[in-house]
Amino acid sequence: MTSTTAHDAEQSHIVGYGTFIKVWGVLVALTGALVALSASHRPNLALLGLLVITPTKASLVFFYFMHLKYESTALKYMVVAAISVLVIFVGLTFSDYLYR
Amino acid sequence: MTSAAAESTTETKAEGHTGQHRDYIGAKLGMWIFIFTELILFGGLFVAYGMYRALYPQDFHHASGELNVTLGVINTLVLLTSSLTIAMSITAIRLGKKVQAMALLSTTAVFGCVFLVNKFFEWKAKIHHGIFPSSPLLAQRPHGEALFFSLYYGMTGLHGLHVTVGVVMMVIMLVLLARNKIRNDDFIKLENAGLYWHLVDVIWIFLLPLFYLAA
Repeated sequence: MTSTTAHDAEQSHIVGYGTFIKVWGVLVALTGALVALSASHRPNLALLGLLVITPTKASLVFFYFMHLKYESTALKYMVVAAISVLVIFVGLTFSDYLYR
Repeated sequence: MTSAAAESTTETKAEGHTGQHRDYIGAKLGMWIFIFTELILFGGLFVAYGMYRALYPQDFHHASGELNVTLGVINTLVLLTSSLTIAMSITAIRLGKKVQAMALLSTTAVFGCVFLVNKFFEWKAKIHHGIFPSSPLLAQRPHGEALFFSLYYGMTGLHGLHVTVGVVMMVIMLVLLARNKIRNDDFIKLENAGLYWHLVDVIWIFLLPLFYLAA
């Protein structure tokens, strides 16, 4: 691995205000869509909102606000590994519960 | 990078202009590892929620209907906007705009306080109506509803604690900015505070549909 220095900080990508404001706009719009789906009184649509819109919102925060898009591949893999552990943990618990 | 180039970088850049050792990637990596532990912590609570919701779907549905959706959505917008302002404050300090960075960071702190005030009134109203863990009223209601509100107080309470810590951290960052301890060539503390705040935002992104929109 390369050295870890102040130089790394100077060279890391600066995200412009415009990008952040656009991402914020999308997040607000997705929140509106989530609320609208849950108010539609159609359980399937509400579930779709929970399973699709919510992770999408979280991903946008991770990729843009938390700068993950501009981070090294190693860090991206670390995040994928951590979330995979969480998904396996949740998946195994639920499969045990549902099929016992 | 070749070892020679890496060595050269180490020699020339390993120290900040104040003379102390700085490790930008190490500091950020440490924060990410802390974030992973937080994800696992809240993940466990989400599993508990999922289990009990699967056991008592109707009770969760009814109990969720008693939460104030408008307040939940307002708090979501407050946190999303506070995330925007702290992300922008990092850009500002990197561009050398200290006053702008401080103004944006102050906005984040204020939004954090607004979130907590909203939460206070929300809890106060619920407690006033006799809805709190182990309350006599909940004891008379279906078991699943009592569980829903226990999870609601536990998870939003733990999240609120994180928001409180975040607000304190913002104030510390403001002091560091004012004292030039955070500058355009040394901003990792602010960046890590930002990572923490965004994590708090991500957790709320999941809490909103699970509690407020579950009806």
